[in-house]
Amino acid sequence: MTSELKVSGSLQNRLMFTLISGAAVLGIILFFIVRGYAAQIAQNGQDDILEASLSSILDAVVIQDGSVEVDFPYASLSMLDTELDDRVFYSIYNDGILISGYEDLPLPEKINTEISIFNTIKYKDTNARIASAKRILIGEKERITISVSIAQTQDALSRTLNRISKNVALFGSGFFILVTLLSYWATATTISPLMRLASSVTKRGPQDLSPFEKKVPSEMYPLVTSLNKLMTRLDLSLKQSEDFIAEAAHRVRTPLATVRSYADATLQRVTKKENRDALRSMVRAIDEASRAASQLLDHAMITFRSDNLQKEPINLNDLVQNLIDNLAPIAEMKDIELKFKQEDKIELFGDFILIQNAIRNLIDNALKYSPYEGIITVSIGTSPISFLEIHDQGPGFPPKDLDNLTMRFTRGQNSNGIVGSGLGLTIAKDVANAHGAKLQLSNHEKGGACVTLLF
Amino acid sequence: MKYLLVEDNHELANAICSRIKLDGHVIDHTDKLEDAIAFSDTGEYDLILLDIMLPDGDGRSFLKHHRDLKKDTPIIVLTARSQVSDRISILDLGADDYVTKPFDHAELDARCRAVLRRKSGATQPIIKFGDVTFSPLAGQLSINGKIVNLRNRELRLFELLLNARGQIFSKQKLVDRLFAFDEDVSDNAIEVYVGRLRKHLESTSLKISTHRGLGYRLDND
Amino acid sequence: MRNFIILIFILITSSLSANEWEDKKVFSNGKNTNSLSILSSTDTSFFAPIIKSFLDKYPDIKIEYFVTGTASLDEIFRKSPEKYDIIISSAMDLQLKLVNDGYAKKINQIDHPNWAKWRQSLFAFTIEPAAIVLNKKAFKNIAIPKTRQDLIKELRSRSTFFRNKIGTYDVRKSGLGYLFATQDARTSETFWRLMEVMGGLGTKLYCCSGDMIDDLVSGKIAVAYNVLGSYAEARKKKSDEIEIILPADFPTNMMRTALVSNSSSRVKTSETFIRHLLNTQTEKNNDKTHSLPPLFLKPGQQTIILEPALMTYLDKLKRKTFIKEWERAIIQ
Repeated sequence: MTSELKVSGSLQNRLMFTLISGAAVLGIILFFIVRGYAAQIAQNGQDDILEASLSSILDAVVIQDGSVEVDFPYASLSMLDTELDDRVFYSIYNDGILISGYEDLPLPEKINTEISIFNTIKYKDTNARIASAKRILIGEKERITISVSIAQTQDALSRTLNRISKNVALFGSGFFILVTLLSYWATATTISPLMRLASSVTKRGPQDLSPFEKKVPSEMYPLVTSLNKLMTRLDLSLKQSEDFIAEAAHRVRTPLATVRSYADATLQRVTKKENRDALRSMVRAIDEASRAASQLLDHAMITFRSDNLQKEPINLNDLVQNLIDNLAPIAEMKDIELKFKQEDKIELFGDFILIQNAIRNLIDNALKYSPYEGIITVSIGTSPISFLEIHDQGPGFPPKDLDNLTMRFTRGQNSNGIVGSGLGLTIAKDVANAHGAKLQLSNHEKGGACVTLLF
Repeated sequence: MKYLLVEDNHELANAICSRIKLDGHVIDHTDKLEDAIAFSDTGEYDLILLDIMLPDGDGRSFLKHHRDLKKDTPIIVLTARSQVSDRISILDLGADDYVTKPFDHAELDARCRAVLRRKSGATQPIIKFGDVTFSPLAGQLSINGKIVNLRNRELRLFELLLNARGQIFSKQKLVDRLFAFDEDVSDNAIEVYVGRLRKHLESTSLKISTHRGLGYRLDND
Repeated sequence: MRNFIILIFILITSSLSANEWEDKKVFSNGKNTNSLSILSSTDTSFFAPIIKSFLDKYPDIKIEYFVTGTASLDEIFRKSPEKYDIIISSAMDLQLKLVNDGYAKKINQIDHPNWAKWRQSLFAFTIEPAAIVLNKKAFKNIAIPKTRQDLIKELRSRSTFFRNKIGTYDVRKSGLGYLFATQDARTSETFWRLMEVMGGLGTKLYCCSGDMIDDLVSGKIAVAYNVLGSYAEARKKKSDEIEIILPADFPTNMMRTALVSNSSSRVKTSETFIRHLLNTQTEKNNDKTHSLPPLFLKPGQQTIILEPALMTYLDKLKRKTFIKEWERAIIQ
């Protein structure tokens, strides 16, 4: 029996998943890096303009007649015009006192001369970039500090960023799709030798245990080598065990045959009833042992073959006829008549050896339980479905055992005095099951057991 | 009838030989394949009993040799291998039948008889006593040219008594010879068969007499 | 249409409001499910046709129309932006600053040329020139000046004739005047020379174009500088006593703009109105009966651009400096 092998994922899927998710992670990382970099550049652009504007305002500061004048040029604000009409705010402080611009525009506490400092702030419900710097002016009497902040909203910047993000995302998606296709191709190429090996293993018949000789990739070399070793060992051990079983049977049977012959010969000379009965018991035990050995062997073989049925077309009529011919001498010994009723021809597709073995066991049983001068009828027909029925005139099956007689080593209660192992029906049932057929046991209304195989 | 037994197990061979001699046949025995070939090449045998596993080779090569020479002497194989595949290959190689060891002598006897009957055809030996004609192979008894329908066991009983005319057979001996080992037979089963046989032979010169305490004997008046 | 639209003009007394309106009118045909209040610097007579055509289409709307000067308009609106839905002004700089300071609502579903709008909030709907307007009688025997230079030459050569006969905007009171003046000053030094010459001849200062034109027609003054061309054109149609000159050296064109108040509670209706306004004022749709010129740039024509730089001269310090200089030139 092969146990069901659990499947856990697929190598190709796993490989593809790894490659694709790697690509996805890479794509996302790339996206953020490029976007971050673009944001940096865009921000630098805005900062440059803000700084230019800022310095043009600071440059315009003069002290005239003791008062501060900031006559900044039109260009100071003009240069801040953007495609999306970003809003512009500014504030000018003289020694910390607002002299012009937006009073609520925050002024950083620490401001450098010459070098502007930049911040991103929330102002009037929107994000704004603010640049601040100061300039010290020395007048005739005093020394004053002019601090200027100029801020611009970031609509155009964020649109630029969104455009870049969109393009990068588009590029990233394209890259991802390309990688997906490539990884599909790569995994398919990588996995194909494995698939070829698998399909060549599957295509082999159950008897083909020869090693694989095609070229394989180096990674698969250990697997195929092990597989080849395993096959060689399996082949050897199968052959050995077949030989061993046959040899064992021979070794057991031969001395049994000797003992039996002695018993036989002794019986001719012994006249006392007790001794004769003892001898008979002995012979019966020997017969039982040898029969059990045969059936165990048969059962093992059936179990082995059930997994790998070697099916061929079988003419059931011929098969049964041969069996009847072969068993006729034994029937004759008990003056049993073996009748063969062929209502129809039956062609089967099955394992010849198993089916012959099963039917032989069933006829054997009938012969054993049939009384002297009884009649055993083997019938073959196709109405309503294909069947083979064996009907004897023996005691029949005990009704309460009908259900479990086909269990291993179970024998009917009325089998006393009849040699048997209890495997005959089990063998027949196993063979029937392996072929999708059914074994039915019943008692004939006019007496006698009735065994039916329904194909 | 002349038998050849090829069997390396001497105890078994002895048992088979003595049993076959009891039935009034001649039997040669050898335990080697080499000898078996020599025997069968020189002597004319009616039946060969062949063991498959022999110390100097496989009995199957003997079968092959035999068939190659186109000899039609029937062969029954004695084998310890019971598997269906073995049986089939033996029959395919040209054996007429096989018996799986250990076997009941009654079965071997029955199979020998069946094979001989099948093979010998028209040239069957016939024993005649006055108006009684008996063909042991066909198992046919005719009285005054009329075939008498006898059951197998009645025939066997008749043959047994006929082959040893004038000899007394105890009931026990008859049971041993007529029934298989695993059959439970009571002594009066023999009385039934003797009774039936007597009835058939009533009008002939052959008589079965009862010797109280000893057994039965067939006499030709 | 006009048959069943009954327009009611009601003059509202100033007791309702603290503001001194130049004009205030309510347009309605009686149904009044919705109303709009428009704060405008445009004279009612110029804007009424647009309101009327709007009411033809949407008869259930009542429109209150308040008129004031550009400078006070900015002041009034900044004080209570929730009172007014639509702001219309010719002072582009003040309008732009309102948007920059967050007083305007974005209207996204409007397709308008990029140069004529700012932040999708401020929409221009006219292009109007600043003109030199002359009294024809006064210039009977004199060559009509084509440029500012010509004008300066003319004024200098007949200083006695022109004394106290020149008028221009008082840039301290008029937002539009300030816009024209600063743009002129930005463009050319000629402006300052003209101002000095005008100052030397005792120039009259006006709050509004209307008054200037009135005085020109009556002959009180002979020359008015930087008069709103559209108003002058309208007057010329009535009485052909004036001559309108668009200076050939550098023309100054401004755009009248409209915005929707960010605090408006009637955004939908306001948007509908803006859409109607812009649609009416396209060159194709502009009715000749309308007094306001369409939004149309002739090839080669330039206009003051809507850009943050407009706020430059609104800077407190810059304004102070500019006005100081202007006063020095014109008030001698």
